[in-house]
Amino acid sequence: MCRLAAITSDKYFSPMENILALETMKEGHDGSGLGLTLKDLGGDFEGLKKYPIMSGISSNDGRKTLDAYMKRNGFKLKREWKPRIKPVKSITQRENYFARVYDYPDSFKGKSPREKEDLLMNTRLALRKIGEPDGSIFIFSFYPDVITLKEVGDPLQLAEFFGLDKDGIRAKVVLAQGRQNTNYAIYLYACHPFFIQGFCTMTNGENTAFVPIREFLTGRGFPGYMGYNSDSEVFTHILHYTSRQLGFPLHYYKDVITPLKAADIEQREDRQALRLMKQSLRPLCIDGPNVVIGFTPDGTCFMVHDSKKLRPGVVAGVKGKYALMSEECGADKAVPARDKSKDIFPMKYDMVIVSPHAKEVTVWNQLQG
Amino acid sequence: MEPASRLDYNHKLSLREFPYIVRWRDDRCKRCGRCTAVCPVKAIESTVKVQRLVHSEGPAPTPSAARKVIQVVEQVTDMERYCTGCGSCTLVCPNEAIEPEFNFQHKFYHYKNKGGEPFKRGGRRNDPSVSTLDKLKFTRISMLTDPALDAGRHEFRVRTLLGRILPPEELPLKTVGGKLTVDKESRGFIPPVREIYPIMIGSMSVGALSPPMWEGLAMGVAYLNEVEGLPVVMCSGEGGMPPRLLRSKYLKYFIIQIASGYFGWDEIIHALPHMVEDPAAIEIKYGQGAKPGDGGLLMAQKVLKLIASIRGVPQFIDLASPPTHQTKYSIEEAVAKMIQSMSMAWGFRVPVYPKISGTKTARAVLNNLARNPYAAALSIDGEDGGTGAAYNVSMDKMGHPIASNIRDCYLDLVRQGKQNELPLIAAGGVGKKGNLAANAAALIMLGASAVSIGKYIMQAAADCFGDEYNRCNLCNTGRCPRGITTQDPKLYRRLDSDRVAERVVETFKAADVELRKIFAPMGRSTELPIGMSDGLGIEDKAMADRLEISYVC
Ligand code: SF4
Ligand code: SF4
Repeated sequence: MCRLAAITSDKYFSPMENILALETMKEGHDGSGLGLTLKDLGGDFEGLKKYPIMSGISSNDGRKTLDAYMKRNGFKLKREWKPRIKPVKSITQRENYFARVYDYPDSFKGKSPREKEDLLMNTRLALRKIGEPDGSIFIFSFYPDVITLKEVGDPLQLAEFFGLDKDGIRAKVVLAQGRQNTNYAIYLYACHPFFIQGFCTMTNGENTAFVPIREFLTGRGFPGYMGYNSDSEVFTHILHYTSRQLGFPLHYYKDVITPLKAADIEQREDRQALRLMKQSLRPLCIDGPNVVIGFTPDGTCFMVHDSKKLRPGVVAGVKGKYALMSEECGADKAVPARDKSKDIFPMKYDMVIVSPHAKEVTVWNQLQG
Repeated sequence: MEPASRLDYNHKLSLREFPYIVRWRDDRCKRCGRCTAVCPVKAIESTVKVQRLVHSEGPAPTPSAARKVIQVVEQVTDMERYCTGCGSCTLVCPNEAIEPEFNFQHKFYHYKNKGGEPFKRGGRRNDPSVSTLDKLKFTRISMLTDPALDAGRHEFRVRTLLGRILPPEELPLKTVGGKLTVDKESRGFIPPVREIYPIMIGSMSVGALSPPMWEGLAMGVAYLNEVEGLPVVMCSGEGGMPPRLLRSKYLKYFIIQIASGYFGWDEIIHALPHMVEDPAAIEIKYGQGAKPGDGGLLMAQKVLKLIASIRGVPQFIDLASPPTHQTKYSIEEAVAKMIQSMSMAWGFRVPVYPKISGTKTARAVLNNLARNPYAAALSIDGEDGGTGAAYNVSMDKMGHPIASNIRDCYLDLVRQGKQNELPLIAAGGVGKKGNLAANAAALIMLGASAVSIGKYIMQAAADCFGDEYNRCNLCNTGRCPRGITTQDPKLYRRLDSDRVAERVVETFKAADVELRKIFAPMGRSTELPIGMSDGLGIEDKAMADRLEISYVC
């Protein structure tokens, strides 16, 4: 089963911390891939927070296509970060790994944030469409203040390969996933974390309800609900759908993916709304077993799982730095100096929410609302 | 040598032409006469034969012939009194002396058209081959990456929704203080939705069924709801409902059907002001899988006093419902107006949905309904559905199999993103070979929200003899040997309504366990796996392609 390591902090830290945490959980992943999403960036990116960053991989030909496409659509390249690749034997190097900072086309300067988000997503999708058939372009995210890195291989070796141990890249929120390949062929677009318009999640476990959920999401008529090379991508899209599209407060994500039974709904103050929600969003019930760790555009991090998840994840840390891990040893590595008795192992009705900058942790209980 | 004229039997049929041949054993029969008395069609009769016995005694042959009169039970060779293979005679025989045997060489259909009247019967399509539903297997088993669930211990919610469900985008919700509440200002219509058990008892009318049968079903359903906590609902069929039930609190477990004859609706409308509960739903019948495009038919011999009074008609006349609702001219009118008026009668508190027979054109109906915000569901009755009375040709040759019909409709809804808004109810051949839960689960995974059963529950709860070898199928004649589909007190007193109710309860409880045994290994428990088509496989490439599921071998 995949291993998940997320850290949120009020200070910039290196993604190496996540990688080392993953390393402690090595028993659980087979080194078939690593996915990293960094949010709230420090270092070189600190002064560029307004500008969207495109993260991806391309071949040399793909790079030309990408340049031409971006130019044609009025995006201006402001800065490009490239990992300092150190060849590692077991990793097949691709031609270009990049995180490029763009300025919006002039015609979009005065547009609303939502319109800008749609532009970014549609650009990402268009490039995906162009580059996916021949594998010349892979774009993982295109959004301000977010960088995503994905590659096939062992996480620690990949960190070395990308030079993360040397590079000054820093962030306040980092999600990392060490992949355990299950049903699907190793494919870059199947690697967690998945990202869409500021929402990002990673998951472990098997999503038994994948097909009906996928069919429901694709039926929403939203262009970003596509891909699904991994059954876990739907978790990100459900979060995006309930939070951004439907405007529900974050904790309703739990009510959507793991709805209460009718009798329990009656105990909740917001039962009227819940009853309707449960009916209308019935196909989005995940039916597990899964643990989901993610963040939202404002930097809130959360962990949630369903009742079938036999072993819960853990949220542990101190004010200013929290680790959200699939196993406790990862938390020990990331935040060793903490009061362990305060570690939170969410139960089936819990959603653990860590506010932006790791200020405070709340456990939202679904039964009590 | 016999004279030639004596051998000319060309005007007579031989027993080889008959679908069932009665095997009677002289040596076992004690001539009690029970079989001939019980036979619903008088296919056997007691008669006498002259037997010539040759007798010889002593060391040398000294044959002497004696003629003896013996009494036998004999099958008649009159096509109007063909043995239906029901087995009632076997059932009552104390000595196992008699048994019908199916005759694969029969030419029954060649002859069963006396007076130019084609063969009419009850039952369902006479096709004993393995149906598509029975060919479907559940091939996605949770193993290691996602532990399978313990069917006995895990909490399962095997429930479905009946009613129009709003798309999430249209929910009248707003956030107040971090919580969602229903926005009272938005005056949008919130359609009524019921949470029910995904297997329901389909429409079989009071009239088609005998009083103890209908009562037994109704009592079983009430018990399942009130005691077992299984919200099973049952449809009235066309022909109204017992007046007392209409005014009782149990009405909420019943779906009332309105069909083209509007039988029973006078009584229902009059009961409206006295109803203490709303019915579960209203079903508008446009078609029936067993006899697509044909109206309902209750033969005169079944229209006795009680039935006549519930339906508001004179006794002993054929009650035929027209094939279509005569007052409507187009689908827009037929469906929209009818749904509107039925909804209005109950103040828009009751889901109203149409039932059609399986057909290639089901998707056109569906698309029409999808656009109608008051349409609560669509029930599709496939070609293997049963009926109380129809022409054999309608039953055997007309209609559409349910599997691909449901799948097409579901995928059509998926394309419009409306698969959760308009529940599909699948019927017709569910449990045909006894695999109720497996057939139901397969249909659900193909996209049905619920399934409806009829023949199966008659067989399971009341020991109906009918099968796909045209066994019995006398439901139209009023001479049902089991007392299920008759209004003759002499026959229906054979049926004990308490026992029927008990069997209904047992059947649903068993199906519930089996459903869990299917869903648990597939890792599903919280929601019904509607449209979980990746869970299904079939050993037939063409079927796999047609249903868009995986081909396994
Ligand atoms: S099987 Fe039924 S129809 Fe045939 S002889 Fe026996 S009782 Fe009569
Ligand atoms: S037993 Fe009754 S209900 Fe069953 S097939 Fe015979 S006549 Fe019909």
